[in-house]
Amino acid sequence: MTTASASRLRMHNKRKRVNAVALTLSLGAMAFGVFWLLWILYETARLGLGGIGLATFTEMTPAPMATDGGLANAIFGSLLMVGLATLIGTPVGVMAGVYLAEYGQKTLLGSTVRFINDILLSAPSIVIGLFIYALVVARMHTFSGWAGTLALALIVIPVVLRTTENMLSLIPNALREAAYALGTPKWKVILSVTLKSARSGVVTGILLAVARISGETAPLLFTALNNQFANYDLGKPMANLPAVIYKFAMSPYENWQQLAWAGVFIITMGVLALNIAARVLFKNKH
Amino acid sequence: MAAVLPPQPLELPLAEQGRRPPERRRVAPWGDAVFAFLAQGAAWVTLALMAGIIVSLLLGAAPAIKQYGLAFLWTSEWDPVLEKFGGLAMIYGTLATSVIALVIAVPVSFGIALFLTELSPMWLKRPLGTAIELLAAVPSIVYGMWGLLVFGPILATWVQQPMQKLLNGVPVLGSLVSGPPVGIGILSAGIILAIMIIPFIASVMRDVFEVTPPMLKESAYGLGSTTWEVVSKVVLPYTKTGVIGGIMLGLGRALGETMAVTFVIGNMSQLNSISLFEPANSITSALANEFAEAGDGMHMSALIYLGLVLFFITFVVLALSKLLLNRLKKSEGGTA
Repeated sequence: MTTASASRLRMHNKRKRVNAVALTLSLGAMAFGVFWLLWILYETARLGLGGIGLATFTEMTPAPMATDGGLANAIFGSLLMVGLATLIGTPVGVMAGVYLAEYGQKTLLGSTVRFINDILLSAPSIVIGLFIYALVVARMHTFSGWAGTLALALIVIPVVLRTTENMLSLIPNALREAAYALGTPKWKVILSVTLKSARSGVVTGILLAVARISGETAPLLFTALNNQFANYDLGKPMANLPAVIYKFAMSPYENWQQLAWAGVFIITMGVLALNIAARVLFKNKH
Repeated sequence: MAAVLPPQPLELPLAEQGRRPPERRRVAPWGDAVFAFLAQGAAWVTLALMAGIIVSLLLGAAPAIKQYGLAFLWTSEWDPVLEKFGGLAMIYGTLATSVIALVIAVPVSFGIALFLTELSPMWLKRPLGTAIELLAAVPSIVYGMWGLLVFGPILATWVQQPMQKLLNGVPVLGSLVSGPPVGIGILSAGIILAIMIIPFIASVMRDVFEVTPPMLKESAYGLGSTTWEVVSKVVLPYTKTGVIGGIMLGLGRALGETMAVTFVIGNMSQLNSISLFEPANSITSALANEFAEAGDGMHMSALIYLGLVLFFITFVVLALSKLLLNRLKKSEGGTA
């Protein structure tokens, strides 16, 4: 064998080794990512399932060291605020998405909104809390369920806007043109043709937004605050699952920590279920 | 020609006989104007929201800005009782945790993206991609509680204590790992942030890797390149801006993350120790812990000042990320 071909062989082997190492590391990275997901899910199930019973959903948050109690008021508060926030935020998000996809694709307003919205999508949610504090809480001189609802609604808007715009831009123009050719006015085309065809995508976006705000804690800390007692009045501080979990998890009391784990389990399962539902829904249509 | 016309109904319904076709009824003629107005209004809401956030932060922080000026950024004393406020400790905490997060998350995300685009068998791509995306869906409070009660103690027992034994007496490195072995501090916050931002960076990387024209990759494979060579010498240079944009997006997320950090960082505004295991504080955790109890006055204003600094940093980082990603899209000529 000549030296030239020997060195070529060495080179070849070295390249193959480098490749093998890189691909093994890549496999390792993949395993690393999945490992955390499985570990976190396993621990929340292990520590949370034990604390869940009927009482979790029917009884109010207990005093420290008590033997009974549940999360009923917190679950109620969370459901109420998340529901209202979705109702408030969704129309705004959908309409703004419609504007970007159907009216202002190339306008200055359109591109500015698109840019700002993408920043809002990832902006720290605690800053939304500060904003609502200044806007609502400081003026009304009280923390309230409404303030929490509003803070969550503001987080819904960018998520829904983004998916709505994306989904509408997937609708082929031929569909719109066919409707126009029949003499349909634009608003009718949007409502009964484009939005209708993009329905499952838009719903996916709404589900993702609900999932996102269900776990949001930071914007609620100084808007809805928390409430140890049953409260059905949105004008007063309102218990919510994330804030209760935060308070209970940081406490030294055994029963509170147990309930916090139960709450974490409920939230995790709810959010993951919403995410998976959104994916399944979207996949079936596209 | 008449023969190909569809057959006409022989007789019209009785009521229609002898009538001209009805006048075309316009459905709500003002509908278009109203609808366009509503859509445009909703778009303005987004801009108003951004403006409102900036204005309210500036107004709230004004007293503190007047009192401390820019020196706030490099003063570390934080004493609500004496009303002395400087944000350095928190700003340091925010930056340090985010840097640790990036150092861990970037290579891992790259590996994941590489696996998902080049290695994974077809049938595994979707489930694995979903698993990584679900990592982003897990609420941050879950990460926080898990980090404090499960991960922290494990980190302390298996990493911190062996390191302390190993580095005992070594000048700088020794003090990096000092502190009570409970697993809270900058390092555990950084690691948890890393896990949280991996999905964001990985999915951007995967998406931009996938837009590399197959022709380029196939040419390289055709010349006998290994997978690694194709990725590192063809795909990566082609998608460079997108990859950096993805990293910036992850950084923006890490800087603004609140609950996970608040749980594990320890919440002590101090800069006396460089240890990665001493309790520290970040901008977001200071806000989460102190804001509701701060009361009107300088304390609250100083906290809002911190919030303003955070918003400014994340705005710049996210805007850069967006611009980089847009540039990649333009150069490839795509639309969506």
